[in-house]
Amino acid sequence: MSTATATHDQHDHHPTGITRWLFTTNHKDIGTLYLWFSFIMLLTGGAMAMVIRAELLYPGMQVVDPNFFNMMTTMHGLIMVFGAIMPATVGLANWLIPMMIGAPDMALPRMNNWSFWILPFAALMLVAPMFMGGNFSSGQGPAFGWTFYQPLSGQYDKLAFFIFAVHLLGLSSIMGSINIIATILNMRAPGMTLMKMPLFVWTWLITAFLLIAVMPVLAGAVTMMLTDKYFGTSFFHAAGGGDPVLFQHVFWFFGHPEVYIMILPAFGIVSQIIPTFSRKPLFGYASMVYATAAIAFLSFIVWAHHMFTVGMPVAGELYFMYATVMIAVPTAVKVFNWTATMWKGSLTFETPMLWAVAFVFLFTIGGFTGLMLGVAPADFQYHDTYFVVAHFHYVLVTGALFAIIAAVYYWLPKWTGHMYDEKLAKIHFWVSAISVNVLFFPQHFLGLAGMPRRIPDYAVQFADWNFVSSIGGFVFGLSQILFLFIVIKTIRGGAKATDRVWDSADGLEWTVPSPAPYHTFETAPEIK
Amino acid sequence: MSAIQTINKKLVGFFCLALLAGPTSAWADYALNMTKGVTKISEEVYDLHMLVLIICTVVGIGVFGVIIYSLINHRKSKGAVAAQFHESTTVEVIWTTIPLVILILIAIPATGTLLKIEDSSDADVTIKVTGWQWKWQYDYLDENVSFFSSLSEASNKARQRDSGINVYDVKHYLLSVNEPIVVPVNKKVRILTTSNDVIHAWWVPALGLKRDAIPGYINESWFKAEKTGTYRGQCAELCGKDHGFMPIVVEVVDQDKYKQWVVAKQEQAIAEAAASGKAMSKSELMARGEKVYKGNCMACHQDKGQGLPPMFPALAGSKIATGPVKAHMDIVIHGKPGTAMQAFAQQLNDADLAAVITYERNSWGNSAGMVQPSDVKAAR
Ligand SMILES: [Cu+2]
Repeated sequence: MSTATATHDQHDHHPTGITRWLFTTNHKDIGTLYLWFSFIMLLTGGAMAMVIRAELLYPGMQVVDPNFFNMMTTMHGLIMVFGAIMPATVGLANWLIPMMIGAPDMALPRMNNWSFWILPFAALMLVAPMFMGGNFSSGQGPAFGWTFYQPLSGQYDKLAFFIFAVHLLGLSSIMGSINIIATILNMRAPGMTLMKMPLFVWTWLITAFLLIAVMPVLAGAVTMMLTDKYFGTSFFHAAGGGDPVLFQHVFWFFGHPEVYIMILPAFGIVSQIIPTFSRKPLFGYASMVYATAAIAFLSFIVWAHHMFTVGMPVAGELYFMYATVMIAVPTAVKVFNWTATMWKGSLTFETPMLWAVAFVFLFTIGGFTGLMLGVAPADFQYHDTYFVVAHFHYVLVTGALFAIIAAVYYWLPKWTGHMYDEKLAKIHFWVSAISVNVLFFPQHFLGLAGMPRRIPDYAVQFADWNFVSSIGGFVFGLSQILFLFIVIKTIRGGAKATDRVWDSADGLEWTVPSPAPYHTFETAPEIK
Repeated sequence: MSAIQTINKKLVGFFCLALLAGPTSAWADYALNMTKGVTKISEEVYDLHMLVLIICTVVGIGVFGVIIYSLINHRKSKGAVAAQFHESTTVEVIWTTIPLVILILIAIPATGTLLKIEDSSDADVTIKVTGWQWKWQYDYLDENVSFFSSLSEASNKARQRDSGINVYDVKHYLLSVNEPIVVPVNKKVRILTTSNDVIHAWWVPALGLKRDAIPGYINESWFKAEKTGTYRGQCAELCGKDHGFMPIVVEVVDQDKYKQWVVAKQEQAIAEAAASGKAMSKSELMARGEKVYKGNCMACHQDKGQGLPPMFPALAGSKIATGPVKAHMDIVIHGKPGTAMQAFAQQLNDADLAAVITYERNSWGNSAGMVQPSDVKAAR
């Protein structure tokens, strides 16, 4: 991903070596940093998932102790959400938004540097307690689930680490979002009206507003936890007159938009890739923009569908059920649009297109189970089971992650100047696409049959599907090592990429050389 | 089950995944779908689940069919030339309206079922269910019956890491308890859930009932089982280390049997209260203490008192368990706020508390004297 060769840099001095990366204010360098950071986090969170699947391979406890297992599920969730998916989409935004709108860089380059460099320290603070037990197996990382429900998380004695890590992550996200909004609203090339912007830019603009709206809410929640734990307040303690359910309302007011923060940029990516390889414009550009905005709006008013079992008044349950299933409408519009774009196209199946098509199929499955979960009476049976686990992994792995991988293959030639190894990339795709379904599809059955989530051991009737799921998990995990290999191989060499890379790719980023020069669009391009 | 059989079964499972045909005899072991359960509500919920599942399947086949048709027939290698059509208000209005209509069709029966679920009036039996880390307490409010229910000893032994026990040999592994709750068939049972520590959730799939147990809240819900039998469930909300090990077993029996059970429980309680005040010999205390320890303390402090430091301290050779008896009684009876050490004052009677403290003070190399039920009574 790195444009390490200085030969393409027609411009003046930028520092080399480590200082280049530490002090950089260049959107491409910072994008690269974000992407590598998220990749490292993906492998870390993935390794934890492997521990989870190894313990669940057979009934009985074989690999880890229950507390360690809970720590793995918790850290896996936190790392994948805050360390892998979110930074990856920010990395893509950094690389692509200025090039897509014809801007020379991000609007606030120094803050951009800081937004990134907070992240590694936040991540360190988050994982540090895992190593504070003398030995690794008695690590004291958080073990209360990524949703850190009170009062359970209040029992954790290293809570301060977790809270400050969340604060830092939030700070980074807010600064990143301000930067993205400022860039998009102020730095578009003349003629690039809002309704001419590529959909990736649109989805990120809306995502950035979501982030600014909900990250402070999360910060509020963890600050109340902090004072409850260390300064004697009782926001969430029933015994002191507080309310543990209030915590869930606040958390999900952040948490539900959060899932759209992860998926909207993915929608944008897929909306870029499918038209390219269909050789046909996106069917309904305007309706895609409106659907994205509608989804973002709805995401603020449906949060309590994560809490149907807490005992809300029936009117509340009805409202949240109706509002939730409404999300199916704009989501369906999106899927229909991608379908109509492919219809009567002239399709080819280079690797980015394979991932994008897999996204459309598999994300839709996640959307269907989402609709099922939104139906409150049925949710009483689904809630907190493997059905939910299957649902959000279809949305976040075969949804968000698949789109991110598609994006990497799609823009990697632009970033590095080299074509990736198409044969290896296709192997990577097929192994991943098959194994991910072996991994997650059986989890629907497990949940429906009554297996709760977040348990380290299970009754023997769940043994067979867990075995199948674990095998799928190991293969899926290993196949991402191949991804790492392909990316490194592409950075180091490969067939020379043309400027346009894909014969019908559309957009400003394809008008600059490959690899993209260190500075692009210092004079604004002309938009027809 | 031999290794080969196991592998064969796994392979069958693997291929079934790809086939997804209707149930056949080879499938008998594989639960693939939600249970219909034994209450009207659970049946309605099942029907609702199937309705939405079928709608999704039909829509899915339609959309995926169109995509697959495109993928096959509209490829460049087949000479397809891209049409350049885009934007069509008519099409977009149609495909926005259709999902909307489908959603309304789903929302109507869902509303009806939800209203029924939330109507817990006119109950015949009321049971208060309290979640504890990591067991359930049941109080039959009108019958004056109260007891704790935790994972059965056989399951608890087998689930220890490297226990050497084949979990397939344990009956109802992880889904059996030392004492199930008993309820009458065809009677409306109201369940009031609450918690003593963190949030738990009381879930029995066959009863179609899942409700959070939250400290400071009392949540109402209900079921009316229409078939006698034994129904099993689990805690469904992550509640700490042993969240996976606090099952629920409900025995639905006919009215007479239920009445007999209530009377027996009441008599047992009277006998226990009478015995609880008496002085006990050391061997009596140790024997009873070992049992209490296994049921209440071992999960954290471990079988040889070695604990799981630093979160769960060792008892063998510890300051508390070998030091002044007053401090030891205090921590067991009242707990230690801000840690996982809970107060056992309400969970155990005087004799049990005296026995377990004596046991902890005289095991694993500790030797620090006896505690009598009367001492505990005074320390409460
Ligand atoms: Cu629990």
